[in-house]
Amino acid sequence: MSPTPVVVADTVAPVDRSLAPERRDAVRYLLILLPAVLVLLALFVYPLLGLVDRSVYKRGEGYTLVFYGQIWRVPVYLQVIGRTFRTAALVTLMCLALGYPLAYLLATLRPRVARLLMIVVVLPFFTSIIVRTYAWMVLLGRNGIVNQYVTWLGLTEAPLPLLYNQGGVLIGMTYVLLPYMVLTIYSVMRGIEPGFIRAAHSLGASRWQAFWRVFLPLSLPGIAGGTLLVFILSLGFFITPALMGGPSDVMIAMLIEREVEFTLNWSFASALAVILLVLTLIGFVGYNRIVRLERIFEARS
Amino acid sequence: MVAVEDVSATIDPGSFFTLLGPSGSGKTTTLMMVAGFAYPTRGEVFVDGRPVAGLPPQKRDLGMVFQSYAVFPHLTVFDNIAFPLQIRRARRAEIRQRVGEVLELVRLTGYDRRLPRQLSGGEQQRVALARALVFRPRVLLMDEPLGALDKKLRAHMQLELKHIQRHLHVTVIYVTHDQEEALTMSDRVAVMQRGRIEQVGTPTELYEAPASRFVADFLGESNFVDGLVVGAPTAGRWLVRAAGGLEFRGVGAVPLQDGQPVTAAVRPEKLVPVEGPAGATQTGTVNTCKGTVEEAIYVGDATRYRVGLGADGAVTVKVPNRLGLRQHGEGEAVALAWSPDETRLFPRGAA
Repeated sequence: MSPTPVVVADTVAPVDRSLAPERRDAVRYLLILLPAVLVLLALFVYPLLGLVDRSVYKRGEGYTLVFYGQIWRVPVYLQVIGRTFRTAALVTLMCLALGYPLAYLLATLRPRVARLLMIVVVLPFFTSIIVRTYAWMVLLGRNGIVNQYVTWLGLTEAPLPLLYNQGGVLIGMTYVLLPYMVLTIYSVMRGIEPGFIRAAHSLGASRWQAFWRVFLPLSLPGIAGGTLLVFILSLGFFITPALMGGPSDVMIAMLIEREVEFTLNWSFASALAVILLVLTLIGFVGYNRIVRLERIFEARS
Repeated sequence: MVAVEDVSATIDPGSFFTLLGPSGSGKTTTLMMVAGFAYPTRGEVFVDGRPVAGLPPQKRDLGMVFQSYAVFPHLTVFDNIAFPLQIRRARRAEIRQRVGEVLELVRLTGYDRRLPRQLSGGEQQRVALARALVFRPRVLLMDEPLGALDKKLRAHMQLELKHIQRHLHVTVIYVTHDQEEALTMSDRVAVMQRGRIEQVGTPTELYEAPASRFVADFLGESNFVDGLVVGAPTAGRWLVRAAGGLEFRGVGAVPLQDGQPVTAAVRPEKLVPVEGPAGATQTGTVNTCKGTVEEAIYVGDATRYRVGLGADGAVTVKVPNRLGLRQHGEGEAVALAWSPDETRLFPRGAA
């Protein structure tokens, strides 16, 4: 009798089997995504296509670029677009200036205190934005609480013009968008290992040097994400500039609303909306390049 | 909770000193107090005779290698190592020269432009070491720096670290829970348990003459037999009678007295199987006993036997696998011999 050969090497089956679960996973992910995809297709993509279609169609004349031509020719529209981007940039800078230190505090405080502060940061989300904007109007108006105190203290003779101008818009928008900046930066800061800061100290770095040379560069992805988010949200802002701005603080979203509500020129409104969308996308793509550069330096988790 | 209760040790300049202990023994906390990341409620830390316990870490001028490496992920290898020099406002030419030197020392020449992500664990470890050495600190502190490396690489890095330490004459305080690592690298080792130092000594002292049962158990391996001291010592050796009737002689780790309960410890490799008939009688110069092989395990360089001693339990015997040494089969009767000088007696109850 010859001995039974034992062959171990020609079991190929595991290779095939390892592919199967992956494919099963793919199907599962698709099923999970399906409802969201369907909702987005029906309620976002389809109307968006309708919007684009309407912006290049004039009843009685067929397809035309006349609405875009109008935006290009009449200076006020380009001015409003320019102002919208300028305001968004200013709001983003203010949110960063106020939000970065706050996020730093949240990330470095003792957990219990940090949790309490976090609730304070998130709390405004529980109230309607309109209510909060009106609250600011009560604070900043001619006879508002701020002006009452200022005149009572004798700092100025006449009430300060805090509302219905660019300052009012900036205050209101910064207030509304600040939590987005704080939360985005905070999430990145929390991921920075405290060991890096300790290492910096052990190598002789003072608190400031450790922050400037180690912590700040490692928190850059948070700054990139937060500023992008706030900037894009700012571009489409409507309620705050409408309620807290003056006649010369019109932003593009208000212009669109006016065309829809009063002029009833929906095609022109669509053209404005498409312009806003395209400019936002260009901004996003350009910014994403920078963000991706930052990602190279991002800490490994 | 008190992490560190009582730790006092003096470390010679240029020596390799290790804090060894199980997790929770306070060794890392002790190191952190030296580094300045933890502050002692009482006591002082002296570096070169100067008290530093009140200083923040950045003013202590001590190099530190962390277990997690903590190599800055946003900086290249060069910038990581140049970091402490830039902080100290060194000239660019000097920075370049010194970074080049330490890169060569840790054998990473040519890696300057790489980012930490592109390095293996062992390479990141070397960068962390180079960074901690480049500013020529007074003391180099290392917190389980090899813990994350695989066994082969670890053994290699141990030797390399030791080599670098000798070459630079830098004082090293090293923390580890790995007793083999401590024995391999250290000039002196402090064995810690529950926030206290159990024993400080050279690796040989600790292994051959452990001061407590804990040290005998934690460092290497020991057979323990409980018994009572019988009579007065002869030539410094006490006669011990175990509960099961076994009698042998040994040396006390601390002064003992007649009738005192003790635990005797003998290393497995100190027990030698001997041929021929041997009784349980004491000649005074050598301990002997009889037993039965219960288990024999071949472990490559040696064979480990579990030898039953009847009423006194069983002991582990380690015999090197050498040509001419007979293998003992399971169930075989053997006689064991060992030296009284290699039998350490610890008072029982005091642990």
